Amino acid sequence: MAKLLIDRDACTGCESCVPACPFGALSMKEEIAVVDEKCTFCGACVDVCPVSAITLEKEEKAVTIDIAAYKDVWIFIEHESGKVSNVSFELLGEGRKLANVIGCKLCGILFGDKEAVDKFAKEAIAYGAEKVYTMESPVLKQYRTDSYAKAAVDLIRKYKPEIVLFGATTQGRDFAGTVATTLEAGLTADCTGLDIDPETKYLRQTRPAFGGNIMATILDYPNYRPQMSTVRPKVFAMPPRDDLRKGEVIRETLQMVEDQIRTKVLEFIKGTETVNLVDAEIIVSGGRGVAGPEGFKPIRELAQVLGAAVGSSRAAVDSGWIPYEHQVGQTGRTVRPKIYIACGISGSIQHQAGMKTSDVIVAINKDPEAPIFKIATYGVVGDLFAILPMIKEEFKKRLGR
Amino acid sequence: MKIVVCIKQVPDTTDVKINPETNTLVREGVASITNPFDEYAVEEALRIKEKLGGEVHVISMGPPQAMEILKNALAVGADKVYLDSDRAFAGADTLATAYTLAKTIQTIGDVDLVICGKQAIDGDTAQVGPGVATRLGLPQLTYVSKVKEINLEKKKIIVERLLENGREVVESSLPALMTVVKDINEPRLPSLLGIKKAAKAQIPTLTAKDIGADENRLGLKGSPTWVMKIFSPEARGGGGEILKGELTEVVPLLVKKLMDTKLIK
Repeated sequence: MAKLLIDRDACTGCESCVPACPFGALSMKEEIAVVDEKCTFCGACVDVCPVSAITLEKEEKAVTIDIAAYKDVWIFIEHESGKVSNVSFELLGEGRKLANVIGCKLCGILFGDKEAVDKFAKEAIAYGAEKVYTMESPVLKQYRTDSYAKAAVDLIRKYKPEIVLFGATTQGRDFAGTVATTLEAGLTADCTGLDIDPETKYLRQTRPAFGGNIMATILDYPNYRPQMSTVRPKVFAMPPRDDLRKGEVIRETLQMVEDQIRTKVLEFIKGTETVNLVDAEIIVSGGRGVAGPEGFKPIRELAQVLGAAVGSSRAAVDSGWIPYEHQVGQTGRTVRPKIYIACGISGSIQHQAGMKTSDVIVAINKDPEAPIFKIATYGVVGDLFAILPMIKEEFKKRLGR
Repeated sequence: MKIVVCIKQVPDTTDVKINPETNTLVREGVASITNPFDEYAVEEALRIKEKLGGEVHVISMGPPQAMEILKNALAVGADKVYLDSDRAFAGADTLATAYTLAKTIQTIGDVDLVICGKQAIDGDTAQVGPGVATRLGLPQLTYVSKVKEINLEKKKIIVERLLENGREVVESSLPALMTVVKDINEPRLPSLLGIKKAAKAQIPTLTAKDIGADENRLGLKGSPTWVMKIFSPEARGGGGEILKGELTEVVPLLVKKLMDTKLIK
């Protein structure tokens, strides 16, 4: 069993570790640090100790599987409403780098009806897949957990990849957990960094936790394969497309009939916004400072000129000024646009958790002490109702709109 | 209808800050709260019970102090609550956690609907809900923003799921598991009577043995993943530029700087 060990002789009683524990599991007893049952073995305290008195003893697990049988990096090629989601191509780009370090092949896995499979397999190859394993069936035409999970599990069990990556989209996050649990393999969510340990060739997965306040690097024990991760859109760059690239398409049949699928999609109600938050390159966002539903008008107008999506803080959603679909933050969506313009948003930790990895952050707020200014690339202290229309006009001039 | 809700106690992230000098995590105060998404899950269970009758059971896997959030669940109207607490459960990743919760739900038995919050705000994985559904062999409905209809006779449920670019209306057979998002309801506050009742309640603690768990699938032992290291994210290049001056000068300057990034087409 793994343990958190505190060397009583080395401990100097400096108490640095106590506030570093997110779970409050460390305290001082007679000037020595002690750990209680709240410890989750997360390891946050280990590096904080100036005298290295804390060690996290890893669980030792015997390797009972034939690791060498697991080869290749697989990318789930996700498609929705007639096109492949960009995140799948981004993952092919990153997957190529991983496959090069390991010395293995980069493959795509693709499910759908005949039309989708024929069209999208070509695209996967154009973006770098050397092989595409496909499952074709009318029951795969519409995404459902049951059919997609079975397709993935069947392929993985047959062909044994060493790594499988999914986009952390509603589709990916819906069935990746099902696949991992069925295979009893590890799954690491929302990775922002992937790399290969040069010695072992194992996948090192880095991801944020505690609303992005902490980063964790996670590995899979060697007796669990494949190593699987979900990765958010826009974390990795789109690779170049080469339609002349050649690749192999391996067609498999899904042994499943409609009656075996326990859910049915009855209807899809399209969102009213033309640009959705997750794909948006630019987001104009409003918070408490907009003071009411009409306060979003200047925000929408600027968004329209820029071809941007409209976001919001929790405060505006909770006040009923704008629907929840627009909420950015810990209990809303996480976004990574190139430009995030925060208007009348104070910038609480929970809001920051949803947007602080944007490339450029612009903050407009009356309060010069607002925390948002600490993470903004550019800030303007002032009244958003005066400033936004001026910004809109200036962009209209410069963009000729 | 028998409904089970899974809830988790998490550190209140407003208390979690980064020390700007050492760039390490600093927890000020030890406030723990019910994971916000789980409060919506409990509320939805209570509403379904109010409409269709039945029982709401709430379970949580955690250290003894997690009793607090189970008492809150009792205070708002849950019928029975249970704490999965055993040293063997500690250090569980999502696979082991889902196993533990699934065994507990099997022990409760005859469950029509399991409701979970979309994800926990400390782990942020959203994997435990689907993991529990898979272990129990239940169909899953994630990102549920509305329950439209439950037909107990036909054993069907119809929900709305919130996707990136719209809402999907999905029908599933029952029993099923669903994970919910914030938009689904407004959680009620406990009544004074509820709080009094909860304060006096004896909450059963379930150990690995009580739920018939295979110890090899629990805690750190049953986890395929392990944390190699924890570190602080790179601070966002320390505050940027606050543009000062008259708006007639500042606005064109801001727009010029944004155009210069070449990120706007």
